[in-house]
Amino acid sequence: MRKSFGSFVRKETLHILRDGRTMMIVLLMPVVQMILFGFAISNEVNNIDVGVVVPHPTESVRQAIERISSNPYFTFKGYLSADRIDQALRQGEVDAVVVFADDYDRQMDAFSRGEGGEKAIQIVIDASDTNTASAGAVYLKSVLLEGHAGVVSPETHLLYNPQMKSAYSFVPGIMGMIFMLICAIMTSVSIVREKETGTMEVLLVSPVRPLWIVSAKMIPYFTLSCLNLLSILLLARFVLEVPMSGNLISIVGVSMLYLILALAFGLFISTVAQRQATALLISAMLLLFPIIMLSGMAFPVENMPGILQVVSCVVPTRWYIDAVRKLMIEGLPFVAVLKEFFILVGMTLMLLTVALRKFNDKLE
Amino acid sequence: MEMNEAVVVEGLTKRYGALTALDGMSFCVGRGELFGLIGPDGAGKTTLFRLLTTLIDADGGRAAVDGFDIRKDYRLIRKRVGYMPGRFSLYPDLSVEENLAFFAALFGVSISDNYELIAPIYRQIEPFRTRRAGKLSGGMKQKLALCCALIHRPSVLFLDEPTTGVDAVSRGEFWEMLGQLKNRGISMLVSTPYMDEATRCDRVALCNEGRLLGVDTPQGIVSRFDAPLYALEGENMYGLLLETRKMPGVVACYPFGESHHLVGCEGFDPHRLVGELERMGFCGVSVRAVEPGIEDVFIKWMSHE
Amino acid sequence: MSNDPIISVRELSKCFGDFIAVDRISFDVARGEIFGFLGANGAGKTTAMRMLCGLSYPSSGSGTVAGFDVMREGERIKRRIGYMSQRFSLYDDLTVMENIRLYAGIYGLTRRQMLRRAVTVLDRLQFRSEADTLVGGLPLGWKQKLAFSVAMLHQPEVVFLDEPTGGVDPVTRRQFWELIYEAVADGTTVFITTHYMDEAEYCSRVSIMVDGQIRALGVPADLKRQFAVQTMDEVFRTLARGAKRSE
Repeated sequence: MRKSFGSFVRKETLHILRDGRTMMIVLLMPVVQMILFGFAISNEVNNIDVGVVVPHPTESVRQAIERISSNPYFTFKGYLSADRIDQALRQGEVDAVVVFADDYDRQMDAFSRGEGGEKAIQIVIDASDTNTASAGAVYLKSVLLEGHAGVVSPETHLLYNPQMKSAYSFVPGIMGMIFMLICAIMTSVSIVREKETGTMEVLLVSPVRPLWIVSAKMIPYFTLSCLNLLSILLLARFVLEVPMSGNLISIVGVSMLYLILALAFGLFISTVAQRQATALLISAMLLLFPIIMLSGMAFPVENMPGILQVVSCVVPTRWYIDAVRKLMIEGLPFVAVLKEFFILVGMTLMLLTVALRKFNDKLE
Repeated sequence: MEMNEAVVVEGLTKRYGALTALDGMSFCVGRGELFGLIGPDGAGKTTLFRLLTTLIDADGGRAAVDGFDIRKDYRLIRKRVGYMPGRFSLYPDLSVEENLAFFAALFGVSISDNYELIAPIYRQIEPFRTRRAGKLSGGMKQKLALCCALIHRPSVLFLDEPTTGVDAVSRGEFWEMLGQLKNRGISMLVSTPYMDEATRCDRVALCNEGRLLGVDTPQGIVSRFDAPLYALEGENMYGLLLETRKMPGVVACYPFGESHHLVGCEGFDPHRLVGELERMGFCGVSVRAVEPGIEDVFIKWMSHE
Repeated sequence: MSNDPIISVRELSKCFGDFIAVDRISFDVARGEIFGFLGANGAGKTTAMRMLCGLSYPSSGSGTVAGFDVMREGERIKRRIGYMSQRFSLYDDLTVMENIRLYAGIYGLTRRQMLRRAVTVLDRLQFRSEADTLVGGLPLGWKQKLAFSVAMLHQPEVVFLDEPTGGVDPVTRRQFWELIYEAVADGTTVFITTHYMDEAEYCSRVSIMVDGQIRALGVPADLKRQFAVQTMDEVFRTLARGAKRSE
């Protein structure tokens, strides 16, 4: 029977390889998504053009400007006169203007001693994009006040993600969405396709057990998803420069568990759907919307109304994203995600049991 | 005694909601027999095949395949039957060879184990063994499907409408292949909507709307046609059909190839009919007695339902 | 009604790349004929029929259907013909009446015309009690009879039937043919493909296509005489056996 299992896996692999276009989509989708979310649609502090107004250039003002221009997230655009601030912002020459006070040096001294100094600098920023604006203002301030760290700042400290890079928080979200979509859609469609074309009839009228049929289908898709995992992790680390401070083995381990869960989901869908179109529709309705809306990928779970927070608990992606965030971004050890891990294990076992029970070795 | 039969069906019934797809069917297929299940769409042929190949469960009655009960021993049955469903059931994105190898592995055998069984058929498609199955012509697809269903040397082979939608020449070739397989001792149950294919079988069952109309050898079936049958020809065939039906002594009249077939009641006088028709203005009318065919029997039995 | 042929085709060809699906076919179909269009799988029947129905452009050659040019006036042809195929004809999830209403609408019948013809159709098929039945629940033979009647709803001059009787039982198959005879008696021309060779005998004339070409054309009785055989089945086998290509 081992031989027939091997040839089953081989056959499924051939199906995937022969359908080059689909395979390319599956392999490239995560890359494109990562790049899209990571750069293009980012609301992070990036490429902020900064102008400065300097009434009295001193050595400390020069150092402050140096800190801005050497920071990769800001571009120093030059000096402005105070009456051109409004015009420069309106015409888009700059996104933010830093106005140094007349008595900047004295104010900073006072600030360092904790005796006021709030008027040392003023930041004028284009707030048409409020998220970027507030994030930019906070970060600009922190850059300017560097070297005065001894002082307790009234501003919120941004832990783990001081630049408020959205790519950081998006990476676990993208992983959660992509793995679920690819695994669930690909497995369900490939099983339902066999029902639709009639090959499933021939498979069932053979000594091969349904469990074999199903596991043989899952293996190539699992492998494919692991390739996706690899490409996402590489992109995250080297292109988006996510620190990956956590334990890499834990991240991979939790992700693989989640992959199996997603495959089980696909299997479950295939037991309900009779046509490929139905399988696709169910995957989209059952997975895409809840994942985007409820998993915390786009909107933080903590900000949802109470009832939705409860609903979000049954969305596996929520737990996966939580776990990966903790491991990847906060750099916590594996024990910190034990709760999420066991919830995912439980969900996987439940889905597999239900799906396998429903996946009959008869046609009805 | 049941062990001597390839297939035993007793009162088999299958319902889908209000529809009774199979209504208490009973018949036997002997070992090494080429058995034809002949009936139109909706006769219950596919349902019967799915029951016998253990894909679905019956609502009543019992059946055994190769001596094993379809309900209790369905796993054993699955090891020893071959099944070719009505639809094209191969993987179009795999090559001819890959399809065959896969179906062999499915049953835990390799192609070489039973190569001699499929060789006469497979040799015809072997030149195309690297071609994807989806790119094969209709006739070649069928040959490949047959090879795939045979590769584990099944003791009973189920073929569900293998010739539907296939042209007359390919149909003839396909039946010749089945004849060869019969000589190799494989029992076969074949369904078809084409009445003219009945003569290719050892025995046939005529069925309609889930019920059997009768089981016999093709000659036996034909001999059960117990009324005088005539072929009627003339100009204006359609008018002839309508008028003849109204004539006394005519039980039925229906188009049959180039002529109309006319079933008379006992003591029917064909010469009087010709005279009547000519008096009504029909020209060139001729009536001659003909031997009934399977289709005549089918039509007669159907109208008795 | 004129005596011009309703379908007239000269040297009609259709190529897909290097592949010549239809190879210079020429024939005429007279008004009121039942023209049997036979051929092995892959001989090019469907391709030829599509060109005649205005569904695809010929690569070369010329032809007219109901007086319109197949090259330039495909849209006008579509309005004059009826079409029914085994694969697609009626919507299973609509009732008998809803299907009739739909096709009446497609062909621009007025409400009054639609109702009058619907009654005629339902009466002729003895279907009145089934007007509100979903088509999906009808036996295949009934569906096909209904599909034919629906294809005739706008009283086309010529109706194309693509394997209309596949899988239908022998009794219903004959009822179907009686519908065809009736339509022909009313002056409609019927262009039909079939795999049942006994049905070829019902045709006024038949053509047999092999490898994209028409190899035989004539009255069934003449063809049988020409090939010195008893049935159309044998004529067909003799010709199709030499076919080089299939599907």
